[in-house]
This record gives sequence, structure tokens and C-alpha cells, in this order.
Amino acid sequence: MNPRELRTYRWRKVKEKAMGTIALLCVLLAVFPLFLIFFYTLAQGIGAINIDFFLQMPKPVGESGGGMANALVGTIILIGLGSLFGLPIGIMSGIYLAEYGNNPFGNAVRFFSDVLSGIPSIVVGVVAYILVVIPMKSFSALAGGVALGILMIPTITRTTEEMIRLVPDSFREAGLALGIPRWKTIVRIVLPTALKGITTGVLLGIARAAGETAPLLFTALGNRFWSTAIKEPIASLTVFIYDYAKSPFEDWIQQAWAAALVLIVLIFLVNILFRSVTRGRYG
Amino acid sequence: MSHLDTIPAEVAAGGGSASGPPLLSPPVRVRVRTRNLGDIVFRNLTFLFALVVFSLVFIMAYEMYLGSRETIQKFGFSFLTRSVWDPVRDEFGALPFIYGTVLSSMIALVLAVPLSLGIALFLSEMAPRWIERPLSFLVELLAAIPSIVYGLWGIFVLVPWLRMQVEPVLSRSLGFLPFFRGAPYGFGMLAAGLILTIMILPIITSISRDVLKSIPDSYREASLALGGTRWETAWIILTSGRSGILGAALLGLGRAVGETMAVTMVIGNRADISASLFDPGYSMASVLANEFAEAIGSMHQSALIEIALLLFAVTVTLNALARVIVWSVTRRFART
Repeated sequence: MNPRELRTYRWRKVKEKAMGTIALLCVLLAVFPLFLIFFYTLAQGIGAINIDFFLQMPKPVGESGGGMANALVGTIILIGLGSLFGLPIGIMSGIYLAEYGNNPFGNAVRFFSDVLSGIPSIVVGVVAYILVVIPMKSFSALAGGVALGILMIPTITRTTEEMIRLVPDSFREAGLALGIPRWKTIVRIVLPTALKGITTGVLLGIARAAGETAPLLFTALGNRFWSTAIKEPIASLTVFIYDYAKSPFEDWIQQAWAAALVLIVLIFLVNILFRSVTRGRYG
Repeated sequence: MSHLDTIPAEVAAGGGSASGPPLLSPPVRVRVRTRNLGDIVFRNLTFLFALVVFSLVFIMAYEMYLGSRETIQKFGFSFLTRSVWDPVRDEFGALPFIYGTVLSSMIALVLAVPLSLGIALFLSEMAPRWIERPLSFLVELLAAIPSIVYGLWGIFVLVPWLRMQVEPVLSRSLGFLPFFRGAPYGFGMLAAGLILTIMILPIITSISRDVLKSIPDSYREASLALGGTRWETAWIILTSGRSGILGAALLGLGRAVGETMAVTMVIGNRADISASLFDPGYSMASVLANEFAEAIGSMHQSALIEIALLLFAVTVTLNALARVIVWSVTRRFART
């Protein structure tokens, strides 16, 4: 090799090393905030987590202690109501897409479901306000449930479709060859086979909805008192965090961190579960 | 996949599928009609639910249009260009909010796109498989953290850090630029942009990684066979997938535009238009979060719903565009 060629060659090798390092640095730079946020939340929140935190009501300003029992129950009720709307729509349309959806209409549904997943959650809150709060003339758990239900639909639709598609066609052929009607083949053979995947997909959709704050601000509103009525405003973990984070009280802020920790741990667990169930088959 | 009621004739005849030339040509589609009542009911039932998913977007648009007719009729296009926001005198213009949303999203996009590309290249072209999977899972976990937790972290960690350490240094070294002037509040555009960067990183990364992975190995082999280094190969892959990466960036932009809680908690919530990134601002989503529950009067509510409608229109357009781009790219490569 002549010296000029050697120089280019060396330069290319240097560039190779440098760019590899830069790409690795990008990865570290992205993963760094994840650990930062997780461990900071852990450090700040763990001190306020005890039995009282889960079982007691919020205390009035000035009294220490107290918990978020009403917010915890509120979130469960909101998710329940959301699932009531989101699950049937999500799962049934997922079945449609996987089993009958290889046509222009199916593609359109896929497209709009993807678009739906990109609509900001606060906009969904506004729609729930128009559809439920205005006619009922009151903020309510029901309105929050409608908002969360709409937000769950895209995740559940698409994961249900993916999971059903993973069931081999030979299963369907076996059912049909025995003379079982198509719908019974789907309900009795295909769905049970895909059940594990669908369940975790549903859990993933629910976990995402549980972490939503924006669509609840003017639908479920929040409530400092115990309420389980679906026509009344209701407390939720996320709105609880928001209210307490803005407060000037040290122990309220610590409780906000504790609630954030509870939320983050739940959501991470569901994500890890989803990952382990779909491992090697999906994604 | 499973479309047993429309069986292509060549498959029914046991002939070649997509991999080989069909034995019977031209392909005739034989439609097997089902007469089973249960089948008809079940199919139409699932169809109805799919129809709900299909029509939701239209219902949302229509309802918000009805809800914002009052301000649309009164202000027309000037709603987008005026910067008065006075609920008491019923004067509304959304410019400061639009400005805040655009500026904070742009900061996020400028920072997140190169970073995401680095990650996507590392994951798809350089990392061995055993390290790729856990790493991409970690990046995806970033997307799973709720917005409110980002906001909490923003208030108590990011904002003090910016106020004490970053902004004084920036104004000392780059203070000759209009972007880095003024008092370091901590709360402001810079904080909002940075937190959005972290939040949109996962989606841009995972879509670009999918795009890069869809590029056939023959491209890589060609480059390596010519003596290209791994980086040179990666660069060729990157440039072949550039339109898909544009799609990924648009999706990230859509996320940034609609992000509410984290931004509301760190942007400062002041409806001013200022070139300085240190100054507090406001965004479209934040004004909804702050004012919607306590809207005074129907005009105020109508103005807020119009902002929601704008957000909706922008995000739907961005998402639709991005999906079409990403689909066409991955499909093109899937065929070759």
C-alpha cells in the first residue's frame, strides 16, 4: 500500500471506532434517565410507603400521616369502567382484523386504530367531557372511564390481532375439517390458544390507562373524600400525584413520590410480564 | 394468514404459494360461502366493533367541531394569529400556546432525532443479539413511564438542575444568542424541550430500528463485500431507510405536540412569546389541562375546545402521514 492509501485506511478505521463509540454513548445517554428517574422515585417514595399509605384516607392540611386509599380505589374503579368500554371493542375488533380483516376495510381499521393511538390523551379527555360531562351536568367517574376506555382501544385491538395471528392456520384447518363452524373454531380453538397473549396485551393497555392523568383532569376531576359512585367525581392515583406535587407541603410531596413509585412499579411489572409472554414470538 | 373463506385457487390446488410460480394461472379466487347462521352473526358482530374503532376518529372530530363552533365563527383564522387570551372579556387568540407547543416540540425533535438514530444504528447494525434485546427493552420502558412521573421528576430534579447549573453556564458562554438570554428560572421552554426529548426518544428509536431492520441483508453484504467498514455499511443502511426515518421523526413530533402533564408541570405556564429558551411559556395541551375544568362561560369553553380540535387535527395529520411513509418503506423492502 502506498502512504496515501494507508492514510485513508487508517482514517476509515478511526472513523469506524469513533462512530461505534458515539452510537454506544447514545444508548447510554438514553438509558441513563430511565435509571435516574426510577431510582430517584424509589429513594424519595419508599419512605412514605407503609400500611397506612394504602389503607388510610388523605389527612387535612397540617396533620401528618394519612394515605391514598380513596385514590387507589378510584383508579381501580376508573380502570374497571374503562375496561367495560375498551375491552369488548378492542378484543372484538382485534378478532375481526385477524380473522376477517384482510380487505380494504380491515386496512382502514388498522390505520385508524394507529392514528387513534397517536391522538393526545388530553384531547380524548375533551371528547369525554363533551360526550358525558355536559349531558350529565357533572364531572363523574363515568366520564373518566369513557376517556380511559377510548385510550385503551388501540393497544388492545392491535395486540389482540397480533396474538391471534400467531395461532397457526393448521389449528383452524383442524377445526374446520371436523365440520365445526368457523365462529366456533375461533371461539373454542383459536381464542383459547391465544388467550395468554391477549390477556397480557389487555393488561398492557390497562396499565397504560392507569398511568394517564390528562384525560382525568376534567372528567373524573378528583375527590379528597371517599367515593365509589360512578356519577360523582372520583379520586385517582395520577391526579393525586399532580395535586400533591403542586402543594407546598413537604409530606404531601413525599406522598406524591410514593404514589409515583407504586404506579411505576406496577407498570414496569406489567411490561416485563408482557415481554416474557411474547418473547421470541413477537416484536 | 387465516382467510379461509377466500382461498386462492392455486393454494387450494396444492400449488406454489408466494415463494414459487403458481401452478394454475391466472389465479382464480374461489369464494366458499358460509351458510351457517352462527358464522354470519359472529362475523357481523366483530365487524360492528371494528366499525366503532373506525368511526371513533370521525366522531371525535365532529363533536369537537360542534363544541367549538362559537369561537370558530367569531374569530375565524385570527384565532391562530392573535395573542390575546382574556376569558373575562371573551377575547381569544391561541398564538402564544401554538408558539410554545411548536418551540418545545422543535427543541425535542432536534435533540431526539440524532440520539435516536445513534441508538437505532447501534441496536440494529452493531450490537450482538444478546445485548440488543435487553437494551431495546430498556429504551421501550422509557415510553412506559407515565407522563405525570416525568413531570414530578421534572419539577424536583430537572428544573433545579437547569436553574443552578445549566442555564447560568449557557448564558455565560452562549449569551450572545437571543435563545440563551434572561434570568435562569429553571421552569421554561428549555425544561419542557428536554423532558419531551426523553419522552419521544423511545418511539423514534423503535420505529427507526424497525425500518433499518426491514432493509434486506443484501445491502449489507454488498457494502461489506466491497470492503466497507461496519460504520460505512451502517451509513448506507441509514441512507436507504431515510424516508422511514422521516416517518419515525413525524411520529415523535406528534407525541411531543400532544404531551400534556410533564410539559404543564415544567413549562412555567405563562402566555408570553419570547425567543429565550429560559423564559416560561405555555403550550396548547397545558392550557387545556389548566383551564378546562374551570372554564368560565361558553366562549371560554369553546375556545379551549377549538385548541383541542387544533391539537387533534395536527396529531392526526402527523400520524397519518408518518404511518403511510413507514408502511410504504417497510413494505417496499419486504417485497425485494
